[in-house]
Amino acid sequence: MEAAVKLHDVSVGYERKVVFSRLSLEIPAGQFAGIVGPTGSGKTTLLKTILGTQPVFSGDVRLLGLPVDKLPPGSIGYVPQLESVDWSFPVTVEQVILMGLYTNKGIWPWPTRQDRNKVHDLADRLGIHDCLHHHIVNISGGQRQRAFLARALINNPKLLVLDEPTAGVDIKTQHDVLHLLGDLNKAGITILLTTHDLNAVASHLPWVVCFNKGLVAQGRPRDIFTNGILTKTYGGDIVIVEHGDHFLIASGTPLHLAEKEKI
Amino acid sequence: MMDFLLEPLAYEFFRNSLLASLMVGALCGLIGVYIVLRGMSYIGHGLSHAAFGGAVVGFTIGLNFYVGAGAMGLLAAILINQVAKGGKIKSDAAIGIVTTAFFALGIAIISRVRTFTQSFEAALFGNILGVTSEDLTVIALVTAFTMVTVFLMYKPLLFSTFDNEAARVFGINTGVVQLMFSFILTLAIIASMNIVGVTMIAATLVIPAITARMLTDSFSRMIIYSTIIGAIMGVVGMYLSYIFNAASGATIVLFGASLFCLVQLVNYIKERFILHEHIHRHGDVIHSHPHGPRHEQHGDQGQEDSGQPRP
Repeated sequence: MEAAVKLHDVSVGYERKVVFSRLSLEIPAGQFAGIVGPTGSGKTTLLKTILGTQPVFSGDVRLLGLPVDKLPPGSIGYVPQLESVDWSFPVTVEQVILMGLYTNKGIWPWPTRQDRNKVHDLADRLGIHDCLHHHIVNISGGQRQRAFLARALINNPKLLVLDEPTAGVDIKTQHDVLHLLGDLNKAGITILLTTHDLNAVASHLPWVVCFNKGLVAQGRPRDIFTNGILTKTYGGDIVIVEHGDHFLIASGTPLHLAEKEKI
Repeated sequence: MMDFLLEPLAYEFFRNSLLASLMVGALCGLIGVYIVLRGMSYIGHGLSHAAFGGAVVGFTIGLNFYVGAGAMGLLAAILINQVAKGGKIKSDAAIGIVTTAFFALGIAIISRVRTFTQSFEAALFGNILGVTSEDLTVIALVTAFTMVTVFLMYKPLLFSTFDNEAARVFGINTGVVQLMFSFILTLAIIASMNIVGVTMIAATLVIPAITARMLTDSFSRMIIYSTIIGAIMGVVGMYLSYIFNAASGATIVLFGASLFCLVQLVNYIKERFILHEHIHRHGDVIHSHPHGPRHEQHGDQGQEDSGQPRP
């Protein structure tokens, strides 16, 4: 099967500072994968490289078999980190979703009836129909995530990329969003996301990529979330507690014990 | 009252100024929406100063006012983009360096060749007497061009203003959008210079947009409101300039600032009134929330038509 994301020998950085070099990575089509790694590990740069918004020093980046700049508009769905959104911007939920169609033909500023129907159908499916005419600041965290997800899905993309979809939302919303993504994946969309939440990845995602200035390991969470790999990724002690089919990941030494060790 | 308003219209210079300020006000109101939402309020101030430097340089070598101002304004816009591109120097610092240097060049030339100092007073502070038929033609052309461009580029402009990175991922050529926006912004500033004055342009761009923002949560309405507020500011400001014999730029901005304060005050009173109306006592606890049938009628406060000030 053709890879949805294929990086070959890619080096990326800012000015003269290299963030990661000679990275080769493949995410097969139909996969639901999470990229994890510590702050400053280059996760966001990797995501930007995949999305084509970060220039590469060298190497080849292909999405769905094509170079990023040759992809037809709308092939990739993208959900930005909610914390980066300007919530005071004067737009309604409906207008946010409509933006996904702005690359389509037609010079008139107003949406067509067909566009509106598309938005309403999608909003219905995602359970945000009631807040379509609300200003974006006046909806809940879960609804915000779904609004941006709807914008990403409106062109029926084959690949969906999400930057920290679990950040800044409560545990219930986090669970709902990951379940929704799981359903979309079952419907055939390849999903790639970044997250800091190892436990969410362990319980919801079938594939994980450990990243720290380069690929540390990738595979099923059960195989990858080992003390050795996580310590190599995060550079500290990691405790993995297994309970039946589930496991819980926590940072190594509790603070009170660490204090005792110091004494 | 009517006579009072009609009397100045007997003079051709006033009719020209009024028409010019109406168009300039609408133009700045329209562009200002994007300036405010992109967090670029300072760029209008900077580019107008650079254009002023260009006008002086152009005048010295025998070029038309608009040619010199336009060339230097565009050069400044491109230089700011290039200087800030690397990321080490932020765009506000780049604006400060590039545009102040261009302005300083103009001032240096003026102070050396003192004979034409007077000619540039209109460009610095705005002048009701300074509107020529050439000014009117330039303003009309720039206003028409800007309105058509904003109409045709409404979607990419809105998307890239809201979320530039996502717009790029979705297939919008954000580089072209940015370049086009810089171009129409520079044109708008140059066209407005003689009416509003270099020192006042930033306020003329920002005031209508933020006043409109306080009146609506809808982007399309914000554009319409801001354009109308800008046009009203221009017309009323020009009348005030005539009545008080003061620089037109100053009266336009002062009227705009008063309008902004008035909208702020109305919003504040409205918020206090709504809060007071919704205060209820439940046992020992005092709540503030809508009650009863009124609550059901007004439960859609988050909707764009609610008329509520944004949080």
